[in-house]
Amino acid sequence: MRTLVCVKRVPMTGGKMVLTADGQALETKHLGFTISPHEECAVEEAVRIGGEVVVLTLGPAEAEEQLRDCMAIGADRGILLRTDEEWDAQSTAAAIVEAIRAEEPFDLILFGNESADAAGFQVGIRVAHALGLPVVTGLKKIEVGEGRVRCERDVGGARDVYEAPLPAVLTVLEGLNLPRYPSVPGRLRAKSKPLAVVESARPAQRLEKVRLVVPEGQGKQAEILEDAAQVVAVLQSLGVA
Amino acid sequence: MILCFVEGDELSAQAVGFARKLGEVRAVTFAGAYQPAAWAQALAAQDAEAIVAPGSDRGNELLAHVGALLDQPFAANVIALDGDTVTRVRWGGSLLEEARLHGAPKLLSVAPHTQPAAEVGEVETLDAPGAGSPKVLERVEESSGGVSLRDAKVVVSGGRGVGSAEGFAIIEELAGLLGGAVGCSRVVTSAGWRPHADQVGQTGTKISADLYVACGISGATQHIAGAKGAKKILAINTDPEAPIFASADYAVIGDLHEVVPAISAELKRVRG
Repeated sequence: MRTLVCVKRVPMTGGKMVLTADGQALETKHLGFTISPHEECAVEEAVRIGGEVVVLTLGPAEAEEQLRDCMAIGADRGILLRTDEEWDAQSTAAAIVEAIRAEEPFDLILFGNESADAAGFQVGIRVAHALGLPVVTGLKKIEVGEGRVRCERDVGGARDVYEAPLPAVLTVLEGLNLPRYPSVPGRLRAKSKPLAVVESARPAQRLEKVRLVVPEGQGKQAEILEDAAQVVAVLQSLGVA
Repeated sequence: MILCFVEGDELSAQAVGFARKLGEVRAVTFAGAYQPAAWAQALAAQDAEAIVAPGSDRGNELLAHVGALLDQPFAANVIALDGDTVTRVRWGGSLLEEARLHGAPKLLSVAPHTQPAAEVGEVETLDAPGAGSPKVLERVEESSGGVSLRDAKVVVSGGRGVGSAEGFAIIEELAGLLGGAVGCSRVVTSAGWRPHADQVGQTGTKISADLYVACGISGATQHIAGAKGAKKILAINTDPEAPIFASADYAVIGDLHEVVPAISAELKRVRG
C-alpha cells in the first residue's frame, strides 16, 4: 500500500483577521502555522491504513515545518513544491499531477475536502481527472479492502455509501478520526526522514487574486447582563425559555 | 444563457437569484442516484455563458468536476460578480477575496445565505448517461439521538473553559431545559471531550439557531464561521477581552461554572 497525502500550510488564525498593507495576504507576524484541519485527519488516516505514506505540499521553504509535523506522526517522507507565491487551484493541481507522475504509482491519494484559507473545493477533483482516477469527496469514513475502497459521506441525517476501485483519489473531512499529537521520539525521527524539494514556477493565474478584504460590520457592542435573572429575562424575550 | 444546477432546496433558490442577475436562467437537475462525474459531464456538455450552482457539498463538487472536464477555472462560494471580477469568501466567511476569473464558461458556486432566494420556476431534468464514475451505492439513515445541531432552535456550546468532558454536564442541563442541542468548539473535539458531530465551526457544523449560548469559548474565527448563522449570540466568558464578545449580542462576564448552573436554577424557579 502506498499513500500520498497532499497538505497546505495555513496560519493559525486567532480572533481577528488582519491583512498586510498591500492586502495580498493575512498578516502572520504573530501567528503560528499548521495544516488545514481536514488534512490533519487525512494524514492520520494514511498512517492508520499503513504501508508507505508520502506527504506533499506546495508552499514556501517554511512549509518544511508542516511536512516534518506530518512525518512526526508517521509519514515516511516528504515532497515540497517550493514557491513563494500563492497559486490558484488549477495551477496547484497541475503541479501536484506533475509531481505524482514523477513517482511510482500510489494506491491512494488523499486530500482535505477544502483548504482552510482559500477553500476552492477542487484541487483533489482536478488531480483525479488529470490522472484518470475515480474520486470521492467529503468523506468521514474510509475502509480499504482488496483492490477497492468503501467510504461514507454525511448528507444531513444520513450517510451515503460509495465504493471505488484502487487506485483512487479521496477527499476527507475533519471528524474522519481523531488525529494523534506527535510524540517526542516521533519528532526526533522526523528530522532525518527524506525530504525532496522541487523548485516550482507559477504559471499564469486563471483565478487571479486581486486583493483580500476583511468583511465589514463584524464588531458588535454586546449588551452586558449582570445576573441569571437578567439572562432568563432575555431568554423569555427571545421566546426560547 | 446561464445554466443553474438546482436541488430543490433553499440554497438552490438563492443560486437561481444570483444567476438571474447574470442573464436568462435555465434551471436543471438530475434524477436517480448521485453520480458527480457523470452529472458534471452532462452539465459541461450544455452551451452556457456561465454555469452556476449552490455553494453546497454537491454544488461545489459538481463545478469542480466541470472545471476539470473543460479545463476552466472555478470560483467557489462567490457573493458578487462584476464583469470578470468575482468576490468570494475565504476562511469560512471571515475574509473576502476579489479575483479575476479568466474563463469561459464562468463556473461559479454561490456562497450560502448571501443572496435573496428567488422563485426557481421551471426545472429541466437532464440525462446523465456517463457510467463508471463512483456513485452512491446505498443511503444509511442515522438514528436521530435528540435535537440535531444544524436545525436546533437553541444551541448551548462549551469551549476550553469547560475544562473536561465531565464539565459538560452543566452545559447539557441548560441545553435540555431550553430544548436545545449541545455544541462545542474545536479545542474540545481535539481534546476528545466531545465527538466531532458536536463541533460548531468552519470544519464542523454551521448552525442556524435562534439563540447560540457560547460558554467559555474565546471566539476564534474558525468557531465564529460556524456560529454566525445564529440570530442571537449570548457569550459567557471570564475574559472581557475575549474576541467572542465582538460577535455577541449579550455578554455575561463571569465563570461559566457558576453562571450556567445559576441560569438553569433560575429557569427552574420561574417555571415553578
